[in-house]
Amino acid sequence: MDSNKRIRLIVDITKLIITILVSCGLVTLIVLVTSSDPVNAFSSFFLGPFTSVRRIGNIVEAASPLMFTALAVIMIFSAGQFSMISEGAFFIGTLGAMMIATSVPLPAGIHPIVAILVAGAMGAAVALIPAVLKMKWQVSEVVTSLMLNYVVQFFAIYMVSYHFREISSSSLASIEFKDTSILPVIIRGTRIHLGIVLGVILCIITYFLLYRTTFGMKLRTVGNNAKFAHYSGIKVTGIMVISQVIAGALAGMGGGAEILGMYNRFKWTTSPGYGWSGIVVALLARDNPLMVPLAALFMGYLNVGANIMARNSDVSSEVVQIIQGVMILMIAAEALLKKWKQKMIVKAAKSEAGMKGDVIND
Amino acid sequence: MIDYSFIVDFLFMWIRVATPILLASLGAILCEKSGVVNLGLDGIMLISALFGVLGSAYGGNLIWGVIAGVGSALIISGIFAYFHLVLKANAVLCGTAVNTIASGLTVFALQLATGEKGSSSSLKSYTFPTVNIPFIKDIPILGDILSGHNLITYIAFLMVIVIWIFMYKTPLGLRMRAVGENPNAASSVGQNVIKIRFLAILLCGVLVGFGGMYLSMGYLSMFTRDMVAGRGFIALAACAMGQATPVGVLISSMVFAFFDGLSNILQLLQIPSEFVQMLPYVATIFGLTVYSIQKIRLQKKKSKEIQQNVIE
Amino acid sequence: MEAKREVLRMENIVKVYSNGVMANKGINFSINAGEIHALSGENGAGKSTLMKIIFGEEQPTSGDIYINGQKTVITSPQLAIKLGIGMVHQHFMLVSSMTVAENVILGVEPTKGILINMKHAIKQVEEIAEKYNMNINPKMKVEDLTVGQKQKVEILKALFRGAKILILDEPTAVLTPQETTELFEELKRLRDSGYTIIFISHKLNEVKELCNRITIIRHGKSMGVYDVKTVTEQDISNLMVGRDVILNIEKSAPKIGKTTIRVSDLTIIGENGKHCINRLSFSLREGEILGIAGVEGNGQLELVEALTGLRKYNAGSIEICGKEISQCNVKDIRKLAVSHIPEDRMTTGAAPSLSITENMLSDKISSNSFSKHGIINKRAIKQYGIDMVKQYQILCKNPDVSIDSLSGGNIQKAVLARELSNNPKIIIADQPTRGVDVGATEFIHKRLINMRDNKKSVLLISSDLNEVLGLSDSIIVMHEGRIAAYFPDAAKITELQLGGYMLGIEKQSEEEIKEVRHGQ
Repeated sequence: MDSNKRIRLIVDITKLIITILVSCGLVTLIVLVTSSDPVNAFSSFFLGPFTSVRRIGNIVEAASPLMFTALAVIMIFSAGQFSMISEGAFFIGTLGAMMIATSVPLPAGIHPIVAILVAGAMGAAVALIPAVLKMKWQVSEVVTSLMLNYVVQFFAIYMVSYHFREISSSSLASIEFKDTSILPVIIRGTRIHLGIVLGVILCIITYFLLYRTTFGMKLRTVGNNAKFAHYSGIKVTGIMVISQVIAGALAGMGGGAEILGMYNRFKWTTSPGYGWSGIVVALLARDNPLMVPLAALFMGYLNVGANIMARNSDVSSEVVQIIQGVMILMIAAEALLKKWKQKMIVKAAKSEAGMKGDVIND
Repeated sequence: MIDYSFIVDFLFMWIRVATPILLASLGAILCEKSGVVNLGLDGIMLISALFGVLGSAYGGNLIWGVIAGVGSALIISGIFAYFHLVLKANAVLCGTAVNTIASGLTVFALQLATGEKGSSSSLKSYTFPTVNIPFIKDIPILGDILSGHNLITYIAFLMVIVIWIFMYKTPLGLRMRAVGENPNAASSVGQNVIKIRFLAILLCGVLVGFGGMYLSMGYLSMFTRDMVAGRGFIALAACAMGQATPVGVLISSMVFAFFDGLSNILQLLQIPSEFVQMLPYVATIFGLTVYSIQKIRLQKKKSKEIQQNVIE
Repeated sequence: MEAKREVLRMENIVKVYSNGVMANKGINFSINAGEIHALSGENGAGKSTLMKIIFGEEQPTSGDIYINGQKTVITSPQLAIKLGIGMVHQHFMLVSSMTVAENVILGVEPTKGILINMKHAIKQVEEIAEKYNMNINPKMKVEDLTVGQKQKVEILKALFRGAKILILDEPTAVLTPQETTELFEELKRLRDSGYTIIFISHKLNEVKELCNRITIIRHGKSMGVYDVKTVTEQDISNLMVGRDVILNIEKSAPKIGKTTIRVSDLTIIGENGKHCINRLSFSLREGEILGIAGVEGNGQLELVEALTGLRKYNAGSIEICGKEISQCNVKDIRKLAVSHIPEDRMTTGAAPSLSITENMLSDKISSNSFSKHGIINKRAIKQYGIDMVKQYQILCKNPDVSIDSLSGGNIQKAVLARELSNNPKIIIADQPTRGVDVGATEFIHKRLINMRDNKKSVLLISSDLNEVLGLSDSIIVMHEGRIAAYFPDAAKITELQLGGYMLGIEKQSEEEIKEVRHGQ
């Protein structure tokens, strides 16, 4: 019955194409309805990102944080959990990196490494909370992680404004990072920084972790059927907790890499929402870490396009969020194309049943 | 130190801030009881908060506001329901999608309407009227606390009874409970599980929509960006803690609203505002955890008692 | 003889499920008004699928249905009910927290204004119950009812909706003998008042007692319709399984060794306060297959869960290879070389979207042969997958496809491969051949005997009497959490003898049962 696998692949790819087409169609529709100069808006959105090296660089820069949060989401979803903590873990990571970058004097090579590790540790610590609450008392990790995201956001802003604030600045901003902590730019003429390399490496490591280690196999077993995992002698709750801690660390490191690569001060007043975009990227990548860079680039492209469009026309960049939501819906829709898939499977089954008396089971 | 008027003010505000949470968690009851986890409450509130304002501003009266607010809540709920029920998308992902769409769409539409991304202050929108209850308003203290609230507030508290009657005394309520507890049983007697859940999600959308409109057309008199601020999630927690019964939900909503109100009061004090703003969310995590611990303890105790009885 | 009027006819019904399984391969089926018509076939023959199609729960891939001569497409249970078809499911379709009356009126509620008229509803339910002599209180909550009463509620539900054709899916599987007698009385009364009943069962004595005609299904195909009076039970069973039902499994005399599992005074109390296991004692020894027979739900499941670490027990002790296991988790017990073939392979025995190989490795991925320092050895794993698929004759294109693309029998072989390739000392096989085709069944039986011949201990739990009798060296019969009988030599007893003990009609003396402890 290998035909089933082939059919699944065909359906998956078709669905992805439909999702992207629908998203593009949606942009077109919104622009046509709302813009007074739709041609300009279109070209800004779809072609704008490719008009200069700097803008192409922007795509890569925008993709960078999304890789980290997407990996976090993949770790969590693969274990069958629904913690939304990647948003909060990312943000607490930016705080952790900021604290090290501003206040701990370290030599140049080591400074960002320490900062990012601290960021990861803080992300892991935050992610641990909903995981442990679920493990010990079956508190829904969905709600607690959502609540925790708010708590983290306020806590980070409190820290910045009460302990690391640049007094001379009128808007909220932290004191400047020490030069030794900044992640170097790796491609001239852009702001593409070393963080993206870290992101790609982590994609490979996460893939390795999920598909080449015993832990990864156990994790996927737990995510696929926790009851079966328990029966097999796997410590189910332990795996669930560890997966969320790793996810928190990944997202936290993402926060660290982002702030040290793109900024020299902490300036956010609300959480930037990379955790949510990470869900879209994870879904686009079909939960495969090796596909994450590609999916993140696509998402980065949409973000950059929307920003350029917002600058050059009367269509605001929030259009991207609408598209992201629609993408989540489309990819999550299990039953989309199901009838078509069913037809193909029936066809295959009939031709096979003709050849041998197949086994029956109801 | 704390004087009488302070307490009255606080109690008055407690009821005010409880309104949106109560409405949303009553809506959540319908979903929960019929077996749907509606994580999109937050987004639905946000959308109806904006479209209520836009409807009333462009329609020129409150009615248009209600039509636009409820209508938009129904549409987004319908999208959630269609993808979750018909296309079998995971409920958590659907809810997340709705929330993502909502936070983008509201800012997008706001900018389109006003040219701004922050608030709708430049629009002349309408609010729901406040109501002074005859007799009660003249009672000292009690009158100051219970009278003079927004119309939606009274509707919200009335809804506790309405939802109770609906869930336990009407055919549709019976069917919803059946579909939620044992969908196979319901479908085996010809009940269309998807249809009933769809209906539950839509009705929930109406209640939640009013909760959203209350925020922008009662609590405040304009829409501001991301003004729902997780109240939908808090409502979901309140629904779980209230075991999805109207009275239980009323109590747990009041508990969470207490911290929301408290944070309003504490803003006047010398505590960093971020900590104050955190309070409702911390309280929700804490409340949900305490509730879960209690629940497990009770279960353990119960099963222990049963086993003890058997052994003796 | 009165003229028989055909109320339902199904022609050439084919059903292919979305996982590619072909459950019905062109079945013809027809019933007449006022008869009790038996539908029999082995587990997985396609009976349930056929009934789901009649009741509108599944759509046939092709084929026609005629009701009272009219070609009809039954698109939903709702339509089926409208057409006068009622279904009593094997697993009751009741809402536990609601009352009997609420369950009965669900979907057809009498109303007063917009509210439910509960008084009227209760009266109506009482009236119907009385008419067919079913003693039941409509105000009781369903969760407080006995199994037999719940079944009555199910029948009431169908009658309340005006059903003329009643489908009962293995209704007696969960009933006590008294309840069964009661049910048969009710069914006969219903038939005599003009109802048509489809009685799904593979209990041939019941079919003989109750039914007028019988349709036999095998491997998704109809094997013909017979008048119950003119066929013998032997004929029916031959048609059902296509060979002599008595399993002729060749096996040598057992070479019994040391005790491997010793259960003493084991007591398990369920969540509802019922004794699932009540002071149960027995021993399992090397080189024997000890069969546990019994009607399902008499404590077998709980016993298996306790033995494998999936459930804690309240009193007594279990020793496996001399070690008391009350503090052990699943992993510890697996380390004692205990293998477990679970009752439900899809919910407990497999991770559906993982590959066949991954499913066969879930318990041993951390062992040195498949990984070092937490990193898996891809080549060894691949080789293992290929070897196992060959050794256990798992039909698949390659071992990397997801396991849910396989048929039930092949999934079960993969489960067997996982559990038997660990070189276990003890194998706990819970319904090892349920829903599995004949070929796979034979294969599994041979493997289990092979294990026993290699001085392993096998505990076989099965509700299939043929299997228990054919495979076991000695047999325990469980009834209501206790041992009702122990037979040291399985060859010396018959199905009929076992049946008496299983249904609690007979019970051995304490002395006879004590034998099972082998003097310990």
